[in-house]
Amino acid sequence: MNHWLILPILLPAIVAPLLAMAVRHDIVLARVYSVGSTVLLVLIGLLQVWMASDGTTRTYSLGNWAAPFGIVLVLDRLAAIMLLLTAVLGLFVLLYAINGCDRRGRHFHALFQFQLMGLNGAFLTGDLFNLFVFFEVLLIASYGLMIHGGGAARTRAAIQYVVVNLVGSSLFLFALGLIYGVTGTLNMADLATKVPQVDSGNQALLYTGATLLLIVFGIKAAMVPLHFWLPGTYANAAGPVAALFSVMTKVGAYGIIRVFILAFGPQDSEQHWFIAEWLMPSAAVTLVLGMIGVVAARSLSQQSGFAALASMGTVMIAVAGFTPQTESAALYYLIHSTLAIAALFLVVDAVTIRRPGLGDALTSGPKFAHLGLIGSMFFVAVIAVAGMPPLSGFTGKLLILDATMGLRGWGWIWAVVLGTSLLAIISFASSGSMIFWKSTSVDGQFVAPQRPPIALPMVAIGSILAVLFLFTAFSPAVNQYLDATAEQLFDTHQYIRAVLGGEELASS
Amino acid sequence: MEHLIASAVAVMTAAGIYLTLSQGTFTIVMGLTLLTYATNLFLFTMGRLAANQPGIIFDPTAAHADPIPQALVLTAIVISFGMTALLLVMSVRGYFESDGDAVDLLGPEETVARNRQ
Repeated sequence: MNHWLILPILLPAIVAPLLAMAVRHDIVLARVYSVGSTVLLVLIGLLQVWMASDGTTRTYSLGNWAAPFGIVLVLDRLAAIMLLLTAVLGLFVLLYAINGCDRRGRHFHALFQFQLMGLNGAFLTGDLFNLFVFFEVLLIASYGLMIHGGGAARTRAAIQYVVVNLVGSSLFLFALGLIYGVTGTLNMADLATKVPQVDSGNQALLYTGATLLLIVFGIKAAMVPLHFWLPGTYANAAGPVAALFSVMTKVGAYGIIRVFILAFGPQDSEQHWFIAEWLMPSAAVTLVLGMIGVVAARSLSQQSGFAALASMGTVMIAVAGFTPQTESAALYYLIHSTLAIAALFLVVDAVTIRRPGLGDALTSGPKFAHLGLIGSMFFVAVIAVAGMPPLSGFTGKLLILDATMGLRGWGWIWAVVLGTSLLAIISFASSGSMIFWKSTSVDGQFVAPQRPPIALPMVAIGSILAVLFLFTAFSPAVNQYLDATAEQLFDTHQYIRAVLGGEELASS
Repeated sequence: MEHLIASAVAVMTAAGIYLTLSQGTFTIVMGLTLLTYATNLFLFTMGRLAANQPGIIFDPTAAHADPIPQALVLTAIVISFGMTALLLVMSVRGYFESDGDAVDLLGPEETVARNRQ
């Protein structure tokens, strides 16, 4: 058995309690542990992406219990990509947070590691109930991170966030109950073999369960009409936390890609009804509403929150196509938007801490420290978010447009994607000139209580932007990998064979 | 027994949703508690209702209770218990920080005004 598979869960699970108990009084040591663990996670992620590139699906049975009875971890290309993305994002966000943000509340580093553990577990697991448990792990950690730093506005936003997610968890359990009641299994591969065999009397129950599951993933992915929690949460969280959360919405997209392609397959038109009918319009409306929010926002962090919503809309438009081409494009844009939105949130945080009193409100104030450097970082990040050349947002949108061509209603999809890009460019240009350009003509200077550090935060943001540049430069190679990933996703038989062994072939 | 349990789940879910949609955090916490009770009861019945049946299977052909939903319910109870406790702590903190237990957000202007104070 391949023990590499469990390391992305085990490593943060060991480091986090150490951080919470052994080194909680020593911030320097905590930073060293936390960064060390995250660097290791990046290395493991690279190794796993390389391991998965040979196209085999590796499994790891926990406690050595065979698949439909025990819980399995499954590593295929999709899981490997998500693991690497999480680790890379985590590392840069952590480097940024070390500028002092991690000291504004207790246990930042421990919660951060638990968050990574939950995310990694959710990406690796091959069991629906285990997915629920890892969702809870990452949610509990995110509740803690959400209120990090405190303050009235943030606490209120956090309460909303917790309530929405608790309702989501209840729905998740209802969905699991229905699915288990009808099929008698919660293992994803086993479920994929059982769903076609469900007799017609129970199919309505099964579809109800599947729809509830879609709603749960929709809440996580912040799809209209389940998006209300996202802008407030992201705008009120501390900058680095919001940046880390940019991968949390992607967990919802991942869930839909994984479960609905595998078990409630798009190849079977009868089980396809609810996805095809609802997902695409909902995604398009998400994108439009997100961009309207970007135009109407009154502060930079609100604007970034709505940009995150819009980026989820773009990803979900591609996901809702449910063909190998669209899934490949969706994954490309998913990786791009996670990094771009994170960079944007970090830049916004850098602006906020330099304008005491005014914060990130969209009004021009006097000059603040490091105006030029932060301004140019903002410029690059916004080019990425809006999807302009030469960064990967442009390539990603091009891939999505190309993949959706010929789908039902593709004219509308093109109009929405292109129109919203224009809105993004206009509104980000206006807020950029308001904050950075006009500030040079206002007299006076912000006096921060202490001059905020510049080196490490700028290295962190710069590294994310550099990764985006590399991502764009190596697009052909990345695309090849993602195409293979999408192909592997739609070849559900090899996934089932890898998890359950050969026995399911006899029965099907 | 089916009618009793089905109506119990239905009533608790309805009451839970009603309370969750209210304005104050305390009633929301009550609503979520009811909702998780309903969830747990619902999960429990998913192994089918069977009274006085063994949960450990010695003879696969004989009638038995399904032990998996019970394990699932245990996990669900532990998680929902922890979550409710956390939410309570956060609501108390929110109550003291913002003078009241309303759940709606502050706008950016209000936030700036508060920061200036």
